[in-house]
Amino acid sequence: MTGIARFWHRHKWSYFFIAPGMFFFFVFLGYPVLRAVALAFQRVTLRSSEWVGLKNFIDVFSSQLFRDAMWHTFLYAFFVVAAWILSSLVVAALLQPFPNRVQALFRGAFYLPYVTSIIVISLVWIYIFQPEYGFLNWLLGVFGLPRVLWLQNPNIALWSIILSTIVVVPGTGVVLYSASIGSIPRELYEAAEVEGANAVQKWMRITVPLLKPTTLYLMVIYTIAGFQVFERVYIMTGGGPINRTTTIVQLIYLTAFSDFNFGRASAQALVLFAIIAAFSFVQFRFLSTDVEY
Amino acid sequence: MATGQALEPSAALGRTRAAGRTRSDRFWQIVILLFLICSASISLFPLYWLFVTAITPASATVKLPPQLIPSNPTLENIVNLIQLSGTGGLRVVGLENVRISRMALWFINTLLLALVSTGIHVVFDTMAGYAFAKRKFPGSNLFFWMILAALMIPGQVTLVPLYLMITQMKLVNTFPGVLLPGLADVIGIFLLKQYIQTMPSELEEAARMDGASEWKTFTNVIVPLAAPAIAVTAIFAFQRYWNSFLWPLVVLQNPDLFTLQVGLSYLYTSEFGTNYGLLMSGAALASIPMIIFFFAFQRYFMQGLRVGAIKG
Repeated sequence: MTGIARFWHRHKWSYFFIAPGMFFFFVFLGYPVLRAVALAFQRVTLRSSEWVGLKNFIDVFSSQLFRDAMWHTFLYAFFVVAAWILSSLVVAALLQPFPNRVQALFRGAFYLPYVTSIIVISLVWIYIFQPEYGFLNWLLGVFGLPRVLWLQNPNIALWSIILSTIVVVPGTGVVLYSASIGSIPRELYEAAEVEGANAVQKWMRITVPLLKPTTLYLMVIYTIAGFQVFERVYIMTGGGPINRTTTIVQLIYLTAFSDFNFGRASAQALVLFAIIAAFSFVQFRFLSTDVEY
Repeated sequence: MATGQALEPSAALGRTRAAGRTRSDRFWQIVILLFLICSASISLFPLYWLFVTAITPASATVKLPPQLIPSNPTLENIVNLIQLSGTGGLRVVGLENVRISRMALWFINTLLLALVSTGIHVVFDTMAGYAFAKRKFPGSNLFFWMILAALMIPGQVTLVPLYLMITQMKLVNTFPGVLLPGLADVIGIFLLKQYIQTMPSELEEAARMDGASEWKTFTNVIVPLAAPAIAVTAIFAFQRYWNSFLWPLVVLQNPDLFTLQVGLSYLYTSEFGTNYGLLMSGAALASIPMIIFFFAFQRYFMQGLRVGAIKG
C-alpha cells in the first residue's frame, strides 16, 4: 500500500464524520468572515466592487450617527449588564435556603420569559408603553402622576427600552448562580461565624469572591448580548425618535439593507466585533481567577 | 443542599442552622419569600399581559382601566387574525395553489424551518462532535481551534457577505436561503464534543472488536450514550430557529414565505398595528409552542445552560 492509500484507509472515517458539519462551517461561516474583511475595504454594489482602502472606516468614524449609535449601545449594554448581574445574584442568593422544589419552581419562573422571542416580548412592551391605554401610564395615573411618552419622547425612549430589558430578572443568571452558590462549602460560613463575621461580611468576603468565575462568564455573555441589541429597537422605536435610540446593529442593518452600502456596513460590523473582543479581553484580564473550593 | 433542611435561614445571608430558629428568622423568611414572589411576578408580567390581552375583546384593550383579569374572555382576536391576515399559497412545500390564512402559513413555515434545521444540526453536530472527541486524525486540532475562534465572532459580521452569497446563488426569498446559512452554527459541535469526551471508550472499542463497522459503532454505541447531550443540542437549536428574526427578515420579502417572527413585525407595521388584541393573539400563537416545549423539557433547558457555562 502506498502512503496515501494507507492514510486514507486509516482516516477516511474521521473525515467522513466531520465532513458535513465542516462543509457548512467553511462555506457559510469561514468564507463569509474572510469576505467581510475584504468588503470593508471595498465599495460594493450587487454587481461590482472596487477597492477603496480605508475609506469605509474613515466614513464610519467620522459619522455622527455612528458615534451616537455607539453611545446608545454602550449605555444599553452598561445598564443591562450591571442590572442583570446584580439582580440574578441577589435572587439566586435569596433562593438558596428554600427547599429544592421551591427553588426549581422559581428558577422555572425566571427562565420562562426567555423562551419566547424578543419580537413577541417587544410587542407586549409597545402596548405596556402605549401613551393613552398602556398599563404603565395607567399605573402612573393611579398614583396621581402625569403621563409619560415612553417611546415617543426623544429624551426618554432609550431609557424605556433599557427599562423593558432590566425589569425582567435573567433566567440564565439565576440558574447558573444558584448552581454555584449551592456548591460553596458550608464550613466556610461556619468558620467565618466562629470568627464573629456578620451577614454582610460573609456575603462580601465569601459568597461574592467565590462566585467570580460565574460572574465572569455571565458578564462576558451579557456584554456580548448587550452590544448586539437589535430586535427591541427595531420593533419598539425603529431607532427613533430623531435617531435617539439607534444602536450599532440597527445601524448596520440600515446601512446594508436600506442604503445598500455593503462596504460601510461591513466596516461597521468589524468595528462592533473589535469592541466586543476588546471588552471580553478586558473582562477576562480583570476578573479571571483560579478559584477552587 | 441536604434534604430535610426545609426553610433553613439563608447561609448567604449569614445564618446557619446552629443559630437556631427564632421569631425574627421566621419573619425574614417571609420577607424574602415575598420579595422573590414580587420580582418573579414583575418578570412574568409581560408574558401574563400578552395572554390576557390576547383573549380580551379588542374594544376593551383601548379602554381604561386595563382589565388585569379578563372579565369576558374571548377568542374573537384569534379568529379575526386568521381571517384578516390575508391568504397565501403554501409555497414552502411547493403547493402554491393551496391558499390558506397567512397566519397559519407563517406557523407552518416556522415549524418546518425549525424542524428541518434542528434535524440536520443534530445529525451533523453529533457526527462531528464524536470525531473531535474520540478520534485522532491530522488536522483535528486545527479544525477544532477554528470552531472555537468562530464562536467568538458576532453574527452581524457575516450578515452582508451571506446576503451577497445568497443573492448570487439566487436564493433570496426562498426557504433554502433562510435555512442553509443557519447550518454553519458550530455551538452544537462544541457542546457535543465536550460531552462525548467524558464518555468511557470501552464500549466503543468492544463494538469494534465484535466487528461492527465504524458507522454501526457510531449509531449503536455513541448516539445512545450521548442522548442527553443530543437532546440539549436539539432543544436549543429548535428554540434558536423558532425565534430567529434578523436573517429571515433580510432574506424573505414575500409575505407568503415569512416566519412567525417576521410576520408579527410585518403585522405591527400594517393597518393592524394598533389593534392590540389582534397583535397579542398573534404573538401568543407564536410563543405557545415554545412555552409548551419549555415545560416538557425544562430539565434539559437547565442542563444545557450549565453545559454551555463550562468553558472548554
